[in-house]
Amino acid sequence: MSEAATATVPAAAPVRPANKVEPFLRMDRMPTVWCPGCGIGTVVNGLAQALERCKLDLDKVAIVSGIGCTGRVAGYVRLDSFHTTHGRPIPFATGLKLANPELKVIVVSGDGDLTAIGGNHFIHAARRNIDMTVICVNNHTYGMTGGQVTPTTPPPAIASTTPYGAYEDPFNLQFLADACGAVYCARWTVAHVRQLAKAIEEALQKRGFSFVEAISPCPTLYARRNRLGEGVDALKYYEEKSVVKHGAPTREVGIGFQSEIAVGKFVDRERATLIEAMNERYSKAARGYVPYPTGHKPRK
Amino acid sequence: MKADPRGVLTGTHFMDGDHSCCEGALAAGCRFAAGYPITPSTEVVERISGRLPEMGGMFLQMEDELASSIAIQGAAWAGAKTLTVTSGPGFSLMMEHIGLAAMTETPCVYVDVQRGGPSTGLPTMPAQQDMMQAKWGSHGDYGIIAVCPNSPQECFDLTILAFNLAEQYRVPALVMMDEVVGHMIERVVIPEADRIEVVPRRYTQKKPGEYLPFRPGHDLVPDIVKAGDGYRLHVTGLTHDERGYPAMNVPAQEKLVRRLVDKIRLNAEKICRTEESGLDDAEVVVVSYGITSRIAQRSIELARARGVKVGSLRLLVAWPFPEHRIKALAGRVKAFVVPELNFGQMALEVERVAAGRSRTVCVGHAGGSVHDPKTIADAIVEAAR
Amino acid sequence: MANDTAQVPAPAPAAKKPRKVFGLIYVERDRCKGCTFCVEFCPPKCLGMSEDFNAKGYHVPMLTAPDDCTGCNLCGLYCPDFAIYGWMRKAGKETP
Repeated sequence: MSEAATATVPAAAPVRPANKVEPFLRMDRMPTVWCPGCGIGTVVNGLAQALERCKLDLDKVAIVSGIGCTGRVAGYVRLDSFHTTHGRPIPFATGLKLANPELKVIVVSGDGDLTAIGGNHFIHAARRNIDMTVICVNNHTYGMTGGQVTPTTPPPAIASTTPYGAYEDPFNLQFLADACGAVYCARWTVAHVRQLAKAIEEALQKRGFSFVEAISPCPTLYARRNRLGEGVDALKYYEEKSVVKHGAPTREVGIGFQSEIAVGKFVDRERATLIEAMNERYSKAARGYVPYPTGHKPRK
Repeated sequence: MKADPRGVLTGTHFMDGDHSCCEGALAAGCRFAAGYPITPSTEVVERISGRLPEMGGMFLQMEDELASSIAIQGAAWAGAKTLTVTSGPGFSLMMEHIGLAAMTETPCVYVDVQRGGPSTGLPTMPAQQDMMQAKWGSHGDYGIIAVCPNSPQECFDLTILAFNLAEQYRVPALVMMDEVVGHMIERVVIPEADRIEVVPRRYTQKKPGEYLPFRPGHDLVPDIVKAGDGYRLHVTGLTHDERGYPAMNVPAQEKLVRRLVDKIRLNAEKICRTEESGLDDAEVVVVSYGITSRIAQRSIELARARGVKVGSLRLLVAWPFPEHRIKALAGRVKAFVVPELNFGQMALEVERVAAGRSRTVCVGHAGGSVHDPKTIADAIVEAAR
Repeated sequence: MANDTAQVPAPAPAAKKPRKVFGLIYVERDRCKGCTFCVEFCPPKCLGMSEDFNAKGYHVPMLTAPDDCTGCNLCGLYCPDFAIYGWMRKAGKETP
């Protein structure tokens, strides 16, 4: 039922255009499982924007996710999609990319999945500079399982496994990615829809391991337990407390509990990707080596 | 289909089992491998890391077994035939992903060169203590295929078989070697490429829109596609429907998991391979596999010399277990003697299937070395009494 | 917004040009979860939540000031449920 108003709009009956995001989605699976006020859908929206602007051949884009609320992204996006095990989308994506370098591989997963159980894979993929884009939806919690503490939960936030409040220093994911060698590191919140989409677009076009962190609310668990309001209240906090600091040293952009959030693009550099380094080494030393394994033609 | 000659090292070689396993994988068409060093399996990936680039393939040493065991699945979905290799402790780490491969019906091969366990155990010494783990190691109900070579030649041949079965049944296939078979050096004959049969990946003929990734064919196995071909498929470890979409309800679980189990169970007779001798008039049948079957050969000679009519049933494929062969023999023979380098694992299967119609005698061993042939021979003679 | 610091008379408001572009929105009612992101971030603040609710019990957004909608689709970009989007219409045109 259309809510379009008719008051001073020209008299002719409007013809409704299609929602431009729908071709990117598996519309037969709507509505999503995400809570009202969860920001993951907004990140998916940003991804759809970025994919459209990059004009990639979507048949050659693959999305890999882990387990958790953000892990469900793979099921909703209409691409070759892989919903793997907890913490392991990055090595799966590594195999996918290496066996077919023509594929554009995107990993979308949550802060717990990528940096707790998946931490080892995260740091090595960044070190190797494998050509993939990792979008981390950071809601400071393990949402799907009921709101446990993660490596990004800022003290003294309450989580279901830190009922007295968290007391561990959290990761500064931008610092971590930067230190491990990621060639593109950016952080935005889901209140910054246009900037987030732009960052994802840049990350997709970047050769190498690009990392986009999207700060997002978890209204049902993190926000509720810490009495931070609804999802929209979190977005208001993001808008109010975010400070754009492009190029800031990543060691200085940690996030505390309801603190200032430094957003922007912090790292953008060039480095040989894993496949480039591999090809170079093998071309020099392995007899009969033909670059771009499995016979695929090189992507420009 | 014939093997790609680029991967076939035709000739007569003097090689150990680990190296032959590598050559078998290459002959079968493996072009992507991932792995992590662990004794006594490391030589497989050391060799493959050198060989794969020569034929347009790639090996990446991953940061751990967890990464290796799933990287090969990513590569499989990109279209490659893939392999990873490990031993006991790494095999335990890989269990979650073996389950993922079984659930998503991803064809790939996992090699376990068994060593003494549990835990760190005896890294450089043999055992066969992972046999039950091969079948049941991951959580949940699923079917799996496991082969057991008993020589470097078989490491070559049965690795090819594992790759072929993985493709045919869209299932992870395991190669259960042991440290002795892996490190013993014997003559390995690798034939011409056109004399090696490889099963190609069963890609669908259907177009995007018509194709359902998890709709089975008449053999209970669905045809497959790969990423990048426009199918926009969804693969998940959650219980799923034929479209691959999560369907977490009882009917979907019943339909899917029953098929995953039946896919192997109902095709068991086609999948099983055994080597049999002397069964026609046997009083006692020795059921063995892997390196123990070599010792058992000697034991059988010794027992025959002592007047016992002994037959041999050697498992080349341990899972699915050849129930039909044991059922045919149970009741006809006095006993099955099952020597293994563990305290009774495949013996439990023999006992279960024999259902009391013949005795089952397990000749166990804690691992670390192979049996003394006389121990098994004595057990055979005792069983024939 | 006027700064009344001095006795300088406020300038006469400029004559408004006739609007050529209008915005419209569409809400997929039963997909909406009532999160109010769109209402909060609509730049001309022309959205509000309805009194009634959808099949799932959520209040859904509606144009409370339809003349002010510019069709910028920021609501569509924010929506985590892909349940609302906006588009621009030129005056006199049937199609967007």
